[in-house]
Amino acid sequence: MNFKLGRKNKLFWLLLTLINSTIVTSCGTNKGGAEQQVSLDGGAVGFSLSLAVAEEYSKLDPAAQVSVASSGTGGGFSKFCAGSIDIVGASRPIRKEEITTCKKNGIEFIELPMALDGLAVVVNRENNFAKCLTIKELNTMWNSKSEEKITSWNQINSKFPDGKLLLFAPASDTGTFDYFTQAVTGKTKNSRTDFTPSHNQNTLVQGVIGNKYGLAYVGIAFYTQNVDKLNVVGIENPKGECVKPIPIANVQRNLYNPLSRPLFIYVNKAKAAANPSVERFVNFYLENSWKWVDASGYAALPDIAYYKIRQRFEKRETGTRFLDAKPGQPITDFL
Amino acid sequence: MAQSTQSDNSLNSAEFTDNIDGREKVGKVFEILFLIGLLVGLFVLALMLLNIGHDGLSSLFRPGFLTETPSRFPERGGIRPAIFGSVILGLIVILVAVPIGVGAALYLEEYAPKKWWTAFIEINISNLAGVPSIVYGLLGLGVFNYLLGFGATLISGALTLALLSLPVIIVTAREAIRSVPDSLRNASYGLGTTKWQTIQNHVLPYAIPGILTGVIISVSRALGDAASLVVIGAVSFLTFDPGLFQRFMALPIQIFSYITRPEPGFANVAAASILVLLFVIFALNGVAIYIRQHFTIAK
Amino acid sequence: MTQTTDYSDNSFALPSLTKSASDDIQEKFIAAILFSCALVSVFTTFGIIFIIFQETFSFFQEVSLAQFFLDTRWTPLFAQRHFGIWPLLNGTFSTSLVAMAVAIPLGLSSAIYLSEYAKPKVAAFLRPAVELLAGIPTVVHGYFALLFVTPALRNFLPLEVFNALSAGLMMGIMITPTVGSISLDAIQSVPRSLREGAYALGVTKVETIFKVVLPAALSGISASIILGISRAVGETMTVLIAAGQQPRLTLNLFESVATLTAFMAQISGGDSPRGSLNFKTLYAVGAVLFVITLALNLASYIISHRFKEKYE
Repeated sequence: MNFKLGRKNKLFWLLLTLINSTIVTSCGTNKGGAEQQVSLDGGAVGFSLSLAVAEEYSKLDPAAQVSVASSGTGGGFSKFCAGSIDIVGASRPIRKEEITTCKKNGIEFIELPMALDGLAVVVNRENNFAKCLTIKELNTMWNSKSEEKITSWNQINSKFPDGKLLLFAPASDTGTFDYFTQAVTGKTKNSRTDFTPSHNQNTLVQGVIGNKYGLAYVGIAFYTQNVDKLNVVGIENPKGECVKPIPIANVQRNLYNPLSRPLFIYVNKAKAAANPSVERFVNFYLENSWKWVDASGYAALPDIAYYKIRQRFEKRETGTRFLDAKPGQPITDFL
Repeated sequence: MAQSTQSDNSLNSAEFTDNIDGREKVGKVFEILFLIGLLVGLFVLALMLLNIGHDGLSSLFRPGFLTETPSRFPERGGIRPAIFGSVILGLIVILVAVPIGVGAALYLEEYAPKKWWTAFIEINISNLAGVPSIVYGLLGLGVFNYLLGFGATLISGALTLALLSLPVIIVTAREAIRSVPDSLRNASYGLGTTKWQTIQNHVLPYAIPGILTGVIISVSRALGDAASLVVIGAVSFLTFDPGLFQRFMALPIQIFSYITRPEPGFANVAAASILVLLFVIFALNGVAIYIRQHFTIAK
Repeated sequence: MTQTTDYSDNSFALPSLTKSASDDIQEKFIAAILFSCALVSVFTTFGIIFIIFQETFSFFQEVSLAQFFLDTRWTPLFAQRHFGIWPLLNGTFSTSLVAMAVAIPLGLSSAIYLSEYAKPKVAAFLRPAVELLAGIPTVVHGYFALLFVTPALRNFLPLEVFNALSAGLMMGIMITPTVGSISLDAIQSVPRSLREGAYALGVTKVETIFKVVLPAALSGISASIILGISRAVGETMTVLIAAGQQPRLTLNLFESVATLTAFMAQISGGDSPRGSLNFKTLYAVGAVLFVITLALNLASYIISHRFKEKYE
């Protein structure tokens, strides 16, 4: 037996010490940091803004421990109302069931709108017939009753050519899907199912770029990043005007109606009180997010809105004002 | 190769001809086909590495890529929290799965009587080795996140990955232990040692190279697994190096997150992260191959 | 041991040749610890079964078995909810089919070539290369499928951005080492005497392979194929990234599909709150997946143990 145990044993103990010290130090970074942790989770829309804020905040406060996840609006609320995260980013207002769950678990939330998003309806660059669509036409296109019945463009509008309707949309468990279906058909999640879904709105864009008769609805950010490869469709608002989501002022002034919507963060009131990092982070968010909103692809709120929302946070005002909000109502109604 | 004698008519009828040449030609064709089959896989491997290298090398060597925290801009920031997370995950998997796995293997090989329940345990382990990693994620979610209350933290991910790695470690450790010649054990018993002393001083040292190989293969699978961590709830963005009871990231999750980000530069950063992960995995496998070739004791 | 020692001289302490009580207890204690290590695997299986089937049972309180197995649409997240499992099974089936269509020929060819034709030095170099392919994480296969294979194939095939074909092809590449190395072991364990006997009868090499070696190794090869199918069925990341998430009942490989695993990943990373019916679909689909892979793994185990040819 010529296996040198002595040497192997020494190696073993060295490895063990190394491992133990790594574990102990990693536990160590944990212990001092309970007051420095801020955890966010939420929808894919709004994620890029939260990322920007988190990154800039960590430059100011390098010891801060910010984690940002993107489980979706519903998944985020689920974690939020269970108390496992401090802040949830939502692309729609909190729902009744979620309010009940939060209440059951003793979680009080502070509702803070932080940006505006426009849902852009995009078509292929070669599509020069669908320049303006009405909500009625979108309803015909997307309603669940249209499944397998409405299959070509000329069924939407007889002036359109007879091309096969190729639809792309965010996956059915996203806040964007919920909002669009509610705005267009009147009922949330009421949609046909024969479209190409994705959680990655970039792939929806790629789908439309690659298909002459394709159409998708995506967050405005995904259009502005691909302006030279897509056409955006104007939507007829209740006043009868055909409005496009760019220039972004159309979204801010609620001219792009009803496909403009507010984006929110909901903050756990108890955590904001107990954890100074959470309070600092939220204040930082409210004071500075307007700087990065454009780059992230959203629209900033009107200045007066930011002021009123900051006051809301200072007063730690809980509860939601958007429970009965309908798509298309301007945000100033609620402040 | 038997040659039929041409003069014997009963062997050279119209129904039977040697046709050696024709058959040999067919043989050559098949040999080439088999070689092509082998080479296609290797060709795709080379293509993958070239493609990813091409996409990712420039991002990889950007200063700070390995040492900074992520940024929303693909040309800035780095993947340090993900690397840190993966390293800690790997270490915990080794610390937890190796003792349990080797222990189970020792039991099955050295102690277990040949009863029905040992066959049951064997079939059980063989099945667990083939259970998809996403199902292990469900198990971890139920047991570590919820039942034990750890939540979506590093320790939940680590323990889930440890469970994932366990069956393969057990199977390879068993083979290594089985390959220890009985003569060695018997010689030890002949000297009056107890069973455990025999195992400790003779069986295990002999089997360590084989066990190490299995450990490394198992750990590299755990390091590359993303499905179970998606279910556990790894996050997409961290500004810090996670502790055991905090939210965490890992390299495969980081890669997946980058692939799904719309801004064009992220494909390159994804490729660069893949290069880091591949480097770690190839290095580990290289160590395994080295150990196998240099420390395997010839019988 | 050839030297004899005279132990009658009591000048040095002799280790007792009879077992002391403490030895026994220590041995028993160690045996108990090792047994509990083995039990961890049993607990793991029971844990999986308990957790999955508890939630699945709860799921079937709200959705009938008939709906699950007879409906042909899977739309749990839409306003009009359908819970038919077939579209997901279809997605899993079509991607696995493509994968095996790639893995079986490539894996078997590799095994046959490495075992029968390759010179030992070449084999010693190529075998680790094939094992290297096996170590590549599956996110990488997904990345390559989406960002290289699909765009390349789109030049001459009418593929959607997400499609079953690219994902299936890369899954096949991923599974090839599994099929290849297990088949290689099976082929190499066929004794030389069988081959030599065939050569002595005038059979050519390739005929020997097809008529003697492969049939002899058939149990191992079948086990490797079934194990390969099991891996294809259970694969998540490649299909999640490249095959899409549109549950469809279609045999068209150029369209996007949703597999069982992709749906599970979508729900767990997504919007459904824990405890909701949507979240329970995660476990119901997980149960189906577990049962399928269990059946395949058991079949593979039985074939490789029961039907193994015993030589000499």
